Amino acid sequence: MEKFKGNIWLLGDDIDTDIIIPTEYLALKTVEEMKEYAFSPLRPELSGNIETGDIIVAGKNFGCGSSREQAPEVLIALGIKCVIAKSFARIFFRNSINNGLLLIENEEFPDNCKEGTSVEVQLNKNIIYENKEYKIQPLPDNLMSIIKEGGLVESMKKRNKQVN
Amino acid sequence: MGYTLIEKIVMKNTGLDNVESGSIVIVNADKLMVHDIFIPFVAQKFEEMGFKKIYDPNKMVLIYDHLVPTAKVEDVRHFKIAEEFCEKYGVKNIHRSDGICHQLMVEGGYVKPGDIVFGTDSHTTTYGAIGAFSTGIGYTEMAAVLGTGELWIKVPQTIKVNIDGKLPNGVTSKDVILRIIGDLKADGATYKALEFSGNCVENMSISSRMTMANMAIEAGAKSGLFVPDKKTAEYCNIDMKDLEYLQPDSDAKYERVLNYKAEDLEPVVAYPSQVDNIKTVKEVSGTKIDQVFIGSCTNGRLEDLEVAAEILKGKKISKYLKLIVTPASRKIYNEALDKGIIKVLAEAGAIITHPGCGLCCGRSGGIVSEGEKVLATNNRNFLGRMGSSKAEIYLCSPVVAAVSALTGEITNP
Repeated sequence: MEKFKGNIWLLGDDIDTDIIIPTEYLALKTVEEMKEYAFSPLRPELSGNIETGDIIVAGKNFGCGSSREQAPEVLIALGIKCVIAKSFARIFFRNSINNGLLLIENEEFPDNCKEGTSVEVQLNKNIIYENKEYKIQPLPDNLMSIIKEGGLVESMKKRNKQVN
Repeated sequence: MGYTLIEKIVMKNTGLDNVESGSIVIVNADKLMVHDIFIPFVAQKFEEMGFKKIYDPNKMVLIYDHLVPTAKVEDVRHFKIAEEFCEKYGVKNIHRSDGICHQLMVEGGYVKPGDIVFGTDSHTTTYGAIGAFSTGIGYTEMAAVLGTGELWIKVPQTIKVNIDGKLPNGVTSKDVILRIIGDLKADGATYKALEFSGNCVENMSISSRMTMANMAIEAGAKSGLFVPDKKTAEYCNIDMKDLEYLQPDSDAKYERVLNYKAEDLEPVVAYPSQVDNIKTVKEVSGTKIDQVFIGSCTNGRLEDLEVAAEILKGKKISKYLKLIVTPASRKIYNEALDKGIIKVLAEAGAIITHPGCGLCCGRSGGIVSEGEKVLATNNRNFLGRMGSSKAEIYLCSPVVAAVSALTGEITNP
């Protein structure tokens, strides 16, 4: 079972997609160009400080608002390994899975961790933080298979190779 | 066991004779809406996935609205990619400057009651006003469903929202939906459907219902539906008999039922910077404002402009205030011209802009700056949504917007 560690960036409830990446930057050509504006309305310093393998921890309803897929994409571009939140908004959840960004739901953990500290995650099993274990629910099989195939693009590529 | 409206739609679509909330099913898309801002990504992913054709090009509708008219030189790139994509794959349904996507999908007859529709914009929930199951998806999923015609969904539980009675004067369907979102909170309906019922909503126009369905997403809902009735049948030019299968069963299973008495409702605003942060207009009256916006896919329809014109007729807006009015579609613009509504608004001091999404999504047409306060009829007041993240956005009905434009402060109608 995959296991990884990462540094925490801690955010609150209802972090909407306009905060994750504001509309005015959506017409930039690539997600690479957009990523420096991630979280700019709320914490403009954040995108410059995130390092590969970092983990975002947030409250409830992370990713609420618009259908913009650049939201999970900028997080991936910034090197975010996974997002742990009390809950996720629906469209953001689907978009993340389709791009292979791991999302973990846990009610308790976000209230019990500090920014800048390190957390360990065992995929589909638990979160270990300061010697305490927080259990996590495994993802349904159809979603896990999309993540395993490397996202929906790869999964469709495979399908179309078989069809053609 | 009985079924809710959305369960009946899913059963008809899939041919299944039983569905249960929580189960994952594959549905067939009846229509697919793609808008200008995301078409480059849809096109790119579609090609990357290796599709050779769209499963049915007539089911795709492409609408330019977020970038019309363009605000930046680079915006034109989106139209070029869109035109090439449509040419290559035989897409004929294109609207280049006719208005906001959600208005056009309903107004243009692309969506029918009982349809399942996906769109690249989160306010795709709007089509629930005519009893369709419609919801927003990302561009990767849009690329996949354009190729396959299918998408997996989790059958949602339904929250029934029952509103009976007559709304007091000055209270509109916008106040009703804002109150409901305030009670449910921004995540209260996540992964669920809302089904609106009661004699109050039966008396509402299709336009008023669209305002409510549009904002279902602001409570996290997958869809916000109204049971098709005679008004729906007339609007969509369909025989009522053909809509009978969409009547929910009396023993349908709801996750919960919320009851409202229309007489108890009053004008409200969504206070900065969350849509579920609801306060009565009385509580915030006297707040000085710099700009008022009447428009968007939430409240840019003829009845919205008409009620604003009634209030503003023969009067002038407050001296330092800017009033921006954006009809939701070209058709509405023309109707408002014919009825003299545009003249009344312009004479009162309004800036009338072309139908589109510009200001609501913070790209053009009245961007607000640091320290400014804007009172607006659209659907989101998120930080930085209409310009500076240091501006404050208050959401309200067209009635509250028009009355406040006269005084320069938030005013109870």
